[in-house]
Amino acid sequence: MADLNLTIDGKQITVKPGSTVLDACKQAGIYIPTLCFHPDLTPYGACRLCIVEIEKMRGLPTACSTPVTEGMIVKTDTDQIKNFRRGVLELILTEHPHPCLTCWRRERCGPYDICLRNVDVTLRCVLCPKNKICELQEVTDFIGIDKVEFPYVYRNIPIDHENTSFERDYNLCIKCGRCIRVCQEIRGAAAIAWTMRGSEALPGTAFGISLKEADCQYCGACVDACPTGALMERDRRWEGEKEKQVLTTCPYCGVGCQLNLAIKDGKIMESVPARENDVNRGQACVKGRFGIKEVVHSPERLTTPLIKRNGKFEKATWDEALSLVSSKLGSYAKDATAVLSSAKTTNEDNYVAQKFTRVVLGNNNIDHCARLCHAPTVTGLAATFGSGAMTNSIREIGNAKCVFAIGTNTSESHPVIALEIKKAVDKGGKLIVGNPRGIRLTNFSDIWLRHAPGSDVPLLLGMCKVIVDEGLEDKEFINSRCENFDDLIGSLKNVKLDEVEKITGVPQETIKKAARMYATNKPATILYTMGITQHTTGTDNVMAIAYLAMLTGNLGKPSSGVNPLRGQNNVQGACDMGALPNVYPAYQSVTDAANKSKFEAAWGVKLSDKTGLTVTEMMDAAHEGKIKAMYIIGENPPISEPDANHAVAALRKLDFLVVQDIFMTETAQEADVVLPATTFAEKVGTFTNTERRVQMVRKAVEAVGESKPDWQITSLLAQKMGVKGFDYQNASEIMTEINQLAPSYGGITHARLETGGLQWPCPNADHPGTPILHTNQFTRGKGRFMPLTYKPPAELPDAAYPLTLTTGRSLYQYHTGTMTRKVKGLNDLLPENLAEINPADAAKLNVQNGEMVKVSSRRGHINAKVKITDVSPVGVVYMNFHFAESAANILTIAAIDPVAKIPEFKVCAIKIEKI
Amino acid sequence: MDSEVAKKQVQEILDASGDGDARLVPILLAIQAKFGYLPQDAIKQVGEYLKISPGEIYSVASFYAHFKLKPIGKRHITVCRGTACHIRGAPQILEEISKVIGVKEGETSEDMEYTLETVACIGCCALAPALKINEAVHGNVTTRSARTMFTAIKKGEKRG
Repeated sequence: MADLNLTIDGKQITVKPGSTVLDACKQAGIYIPTLCFHPDLTPYGACRLCIVEIEKMRGLPTACSTPVTEGMIVKTDTDQIKNFRRGVLELILTEHPHPCLTCWRRERCGPYDICLRNVDVTLRCVLCPKNKICELQEVTDFIGIDKVEFPYVYRNIPIDHENTSFERDYNLCIKCGRCIRVCQEIRGAAAIAWTMRGSEALPGTAFGISLKEADCQYCGACVDACPTGALMERDRRWEGEKEKQVLTTCPYCGVGCQLNLAIKDGKIMESVPARENDVNRGQACVKGRFGIKEVVHSPERLTTPLIKRNGKFEKATWDEALSLVSSKLGSYAKDATAVLSSAKTTNEDNYVAQKFTRVVLGNNNIDHCARLCHAPTVTGLAATFGSGAMTNSIREIGNAKCVFAIGTNTSESHPVIALEIKKAVDKGGKLIVGNPRGIRLTNFSDIWLRHAPGSDVPLLLGMCKVIVDEGLEDKEFINSRCENFDDLIGSLKNVKLDEVEKITGVPQETIKKAARMYATNKPATILYTMGITQHTTGTDNVMAIAYLAMLTGNLGKPSSGVNPLRGQNNVQGACDMGALPNVYPAYQSVTDAANKSKFEAAWGVKLSDKTGLTVTEMMDAAHEGKIKAMYIIGENPPISEPDANHAVAALRKLDFLVVQDIFMTETAQEADVVLPATTFAEKVGTFTNTERRVQMVRKAVEAVGESKPDWQITSLLAQKMGVKGFDYQNASEIMTEINQLAPSYGGITHARLETGGLQWPCPNADHPGTPILHTNQFTRGKGRFMPLTYKPPAELPDAAYPLTLTTGRSLYQYHTGTMTRKVKGLNDLLPENLAEINPADAAKLNVQNGEMVKVSSRRGHINAKVKITDVSPVGVVYMNFHFAESAANILTIAAIDPVAKIPEFKVCAIKIEKI
Repeated sequence: MDSEVAKKQVQEILDASGDGDARLVPILLAIQAKFGYLPQDAIKQVGEYLKISPGEIYSVASFYAHFKLKPIGKRHITVCRGTACHIRGAPQILEEISKVIGVKEGETSEDMEYTLETVACIGCCALAPALKINEAVHGNVTTRSARTMFTAIKKGEKRG
């Protein structure tokens, strides 16, 4: 469609088709007052302030809901409009305290000034937390109103202090409905809705129950949408205007939401999701919205290096600490040292950490927590496609005709991606959920495959079989793009649907329906996370998913693909940077002689060609005394490792342990030297999110105490140990080195990232980045099918341990809790570990809701409170792994996938006893 | 009431509601007919069944004056305050009833016997002033007849 021309106040404007008159006015630089309008929401036309005159149209249409047509002539400032707006605003102001709004002295009035007009304290703008940042003030000032003729009665509703994140003061509500609409339209939570009618109408919950009971997810989208002071972040209420704002990337999950940090007096006031980007588009979750400033400014932050002397930590100078570490690390044999890098730190930090390991320590013993989450994605997808990462982008999910979400509790772990799933469903797309647990997604799914934990391979092969049997496969795609199809046919011969039904517990008919739905609604996308990978059959699970996509040709096209959602903010980047024992940056194998000589030339040293140890192997080696010293950056194995008691024992066996972190973690307590690092808000760098998008992390506040960025600490250590090539002045220099050595990052420079993220592969400075992988051919050439068979989980329930334990992550806490457990608001929402158990099992064990029980496995036991819920299927207990005092990983088993070396966090046998 | 029984009764209403989008209001009407009001648990159950949030259902329910969100008394008294009834003394009748049964307008007695409300018109202006006790219409009421009627009801209630 051609662009449209129109005239606004005599100005000629050309706009894109589909624009509204309001969009056109904005483009023309003409201010139109609005209150109910929000750019992310569908036009509502309720406040009537944006009215304009349009020739040949009756009455005064609202600019926000009137689409532009060719040759329109619009007027925005006639006397009629001005009068009308004044009248409308006067009515709106009868809903809101307005003595100051209409007072010409407001600008000059301070909170402690005596009001000459005797205005009540509760009614005064200067005492409102939103003063000077209020949209109502802006609109009133523009329209110019000095008197409201109608009577005003203060509503006198008590302020709602229920949650610690934000407050609700409905005395200030002007009923624009933005909070309700964002909660329903975008978040899909609908925790709040209009209540009552006419003058009594207000946003609220059903029967006035608390937000928690109303299933609020505390994302704060309503707070950001509110034009007045009715909804305000609690800690930010009396902070006033911000001094500056810094755009950066959220440090929690792999979605990589862009956040604007508002800064005042060198402190973060609030973190508000940014709108102008392709990742989160104005949305965030409770952690990103309310869980950042308390972490960065926590009094528990490490501020100086610490050295343990006689079992006690003592403050030390950087020089002392680094001298000690360098002399110690230098004193061991080459293979007796190991490094754990961190998926929480930047690409630059990870690059320096792996370079340190390879150049200074002279081995490849570097790994990070990706081993514990998406290692099978890397191995499984590398074998089938040639590269292990999301094939498509987040924003494409919303346009999929079918979404198959298996082994992912997206609304808890990747809340902003869950919004895309909801968008797809709202547009008429189908949703298939594969999950043993009744997660939020099942509330709006078309089919819910409630398979037994660990039965993913039979379920997925069953679906493949139905597709092949019924001829629903994409034959052309298989012939032209894939190879070894007969291997899959061979595997499918052994698959019998009635056996599948028996193993998975899903009725045959449901499997058939799901297979048909996935195969016939194109484009279809598959999303998966830990429910697929954290198994001894993790690699097989991932390959089975890849087969399903290859079989139906759902690859290389928009809104299709195989999409592993990465957990940590920079786990993709940490893998890309080569913080792995077998590859250099950009997955260049260490055993390949050409790669080795390339890196030897670049770094000017001899490198080891021996594949290093993985996290799980390092712990075993430490236990056996083969690893003597470890350098752990921002990882917390005592909480995150399976069979956590074993991990702690391994750390204690070490001769020397140096930990670099932002807090005194459970790992740091075991250390000989602790080095204080800065948080994401105090340094410059880049994170790579789950869709391979590299985004800037910008410095917002000064580093606390003597803490330093991770790359700087590692570099100083290398210099102390007398190694050249670590004299970086800033993070950007490190990126330049990455550009030269990692082909997929070749064109990703800090200068380019200033204007927005770039998705790798981006081989040169002119390349625009790659939103969709495998468009013309797979990275490895052809997509490869391989034979697959079902293997049961390593430990199944038996007479002694009759229940299955599956673990996961909650929306309100993050991983080992190092950061989120410092945030009061989040701790209020989920203060402790709960053992979620089916009512039938609870009745059998005779336990009540909220009762403390002893949960034990063959490896250890913990105490936890019982939560009786239908969400857990019969025989399955669910626990979060965030809590150190009740660490679920004491129970989990260290049985690992033979290829990916990932432990089976998702299935182990336990028993529950009354205390 | 036994919550399990109530749950079953709501489920029966839901099962009989058929398919399609415009089911919410008929379902709520049926629940109100059964229980006299919309219990909180029932709204939750409807929400789970229709896959909409209880908040949105409450939004619809609280919009219509017809839907009761609190339990109502055994005798639901609605006094007409339409024009004809108003002129012929509805306010005085309302005051009288309120005095006799001891319940203010819009409220329910503590023993759950009476709910006293007014409505705009019950559609029998020829019989003004009129009132309804549950579904039974009483026309040409006077303050005296109202007093007699409600005193008798009250006595009967005591006896019964």
